[in-house]
Amino acid sequence: MQYVLLIYGDPAAAEGMSEEDGRAMMAEYFEYTEGLRRSGAYVSGEPLESAQTATTVRQRDGQQLISDGPFAETREVLGGFYVLECDSLDQALEHAGRCPGARYGSIEVRPVMVMPATA
Amino acid sequence: MTSEAAAVDRVFRSEFGRAVALLARVLGDIGLAEDAVQDAYLAALRRWPADGIPDNPRAWIVAVARNRAIDRLRRDRVLERHTEELTRRAEDEMNRYDESADDDTVPDERLRLIFTCCHPALATEAQVALTLRLVAGLTVPEIARALLAAEPTIAQRLVRAKHKVRAAGIPVRVPPDDQLTDRLASTLAVVYLIFNEGYVATSGPQLRRDDLAGEAIRLGRVISTLMPDEPEAAGLLALMLLQHSRRDARTDAAGEVVLIGRQDRSQWHRDEIAEGVALTERALRMTRTPGRYALEAAIAAVHAQAATAEDTDWWQIAALYEMLLRVSPSPMAALSRSVAVSLAQGPAAGLALADSIAAEGSLAHSHLLHATRADMLGRLGRSQEAAAAYRTAIEQAGNEAERRLLQRKLADLPEPSQPRTTR
Repeated sequence: MQYVLLIYGDPAAAEGMSEEDGRAMMAEYFEYTEGLRRSGAYVSGEPLESAQTATTVRQRDGQQLISDGPFAETREVLGGFYVLECDSLDQALEHAGRCPGARYGSIEVRPVMVMPATA
Repeated sequence: MTSEAAAVDRVFRSEFGRAVALLARVLGDIGLAEDAVQDAYLAALRRWPADGIPDNPRAWIVAVARNRAIDRLRRDRVLERHTEELTRRAEDEMNRYDESADDDTVPDERLRLIFTCCHPALATEAQVALTLRLVAGLTVPEIARALLAAEPTIAQRLVRAKHKVRAAGIPVRVPPDDQLTDRLASTLAVVYLIFNEGYVATSGPQLRRDDLAGEAIRLGRVISTLMPDEPEAAGLLALMLLQHSRRDARTDAAGEVVLIGRQDRSQWHRDEIAEGVALTERALRMTRTPGRYALEAAIAAVHAQAATAEDTDWWQIAALYEMLLRVSPSPMAALSRSVAVSLAQGPAAGLALADSIAAEGSLAHSHLLHATRADMLGRLGRSQEAAAAYRTAIEQAGNEAERRLLQRKLADLPEPSQPRTTR
């Protein structure tokens, strides 16, 4: 099964980080990603630009509505994601628990929906 | 209900969890497993009254449920490829359990099912409902009655929980060793929650619902039998048995609460006490660092072994609470320790502890804190303060039987103008 790890965190905390801590954090993420690759679970993953760069699009009555900012204004915002191949939720939760972001923010683990095979 | 239908019900109640567990592992889907066992139940209702209960009902249920599951899989054409593979696997696996098999050939895989139902990825109320439905085999109306919830609420809760188990890939298995301690603890917590819901109903006119407590004991027995080396599994079963052994003495004929000190001990179930005490001793022997359930069981065992309330060894109970607070600190255990200390050393020592709990604040809305303080203040002759504390306790009690008890105690306080002690 595939799972998406959605990494949420408080951007204010990241901004307040010293350069040294920021580098250490990056190193941790590299190491974490490397571990995911080695375990065979890694499918893909990317960090995202800050929520300030987000644009939200809605299509209503044939009109496209574009607005600045993320879909929901919350303290913790989506900062990146991984897509992993795991044998069960337990394995996905284990990987999520090791994600550096789990110590500062939270990781939402969501199964990728399996579309029924159209035979 | 006819006596035949009642007999079918009895057999299914005791075999439901085992059959669902086995099918869930093979099919990889607890919802399908549940439906298949339910199909077998309906088949039994039709056939057993005429043919008689089979010699080995367990194997009969599994065999019929297997066939029904395979039928269901074949009917369900949406996941075709999936279905072929599953059907083949299910057939291979389950051909071993035909109707003539003897009892021991059907393995007991309920532990996997219990761990699945109590998976921390599910909300607590979903864990409780799933465990009662799939492991204990209660019907939706029974669960709704037991939890004082509406049937559609429980039905929907179960549908959502089963959907999450399937869609999120919650595995049907006993967790690996490195997770076992944590997962066992949260699983035992679910069982104890079910027990407590039966032991003291949190709301409603009745003080307890024996059937629910009985189901929790059955679940606890399954876990401790299948995990004989886990001291906390034995400890929890012991604790529940010891508390449950007092059920008939906890209320009087009018349904009023009788506290342990005034209970008619001849009404305590001695066989359950004997089993509970033996299990407590076993749990304590298994480890040098007993956990919360073993320690709570030990406390209950001290109570159970006192011939009269006056014979209770309060010093030992206070010491056990000290140990409990180190393992599992909680304001409620601290409050209980203050009661034990008040009975071992006197109300002043107990009140000092209770006051420090009150100052800390987390029990401010618990009627038990105020009732405890009221009792100690009363024993110290501080009637006015005691009356005020009883009134707060009465306001906060959620259970009518408990509220009536507090009202009686308030009425029994001596007039403040005639203090019991001289200053």
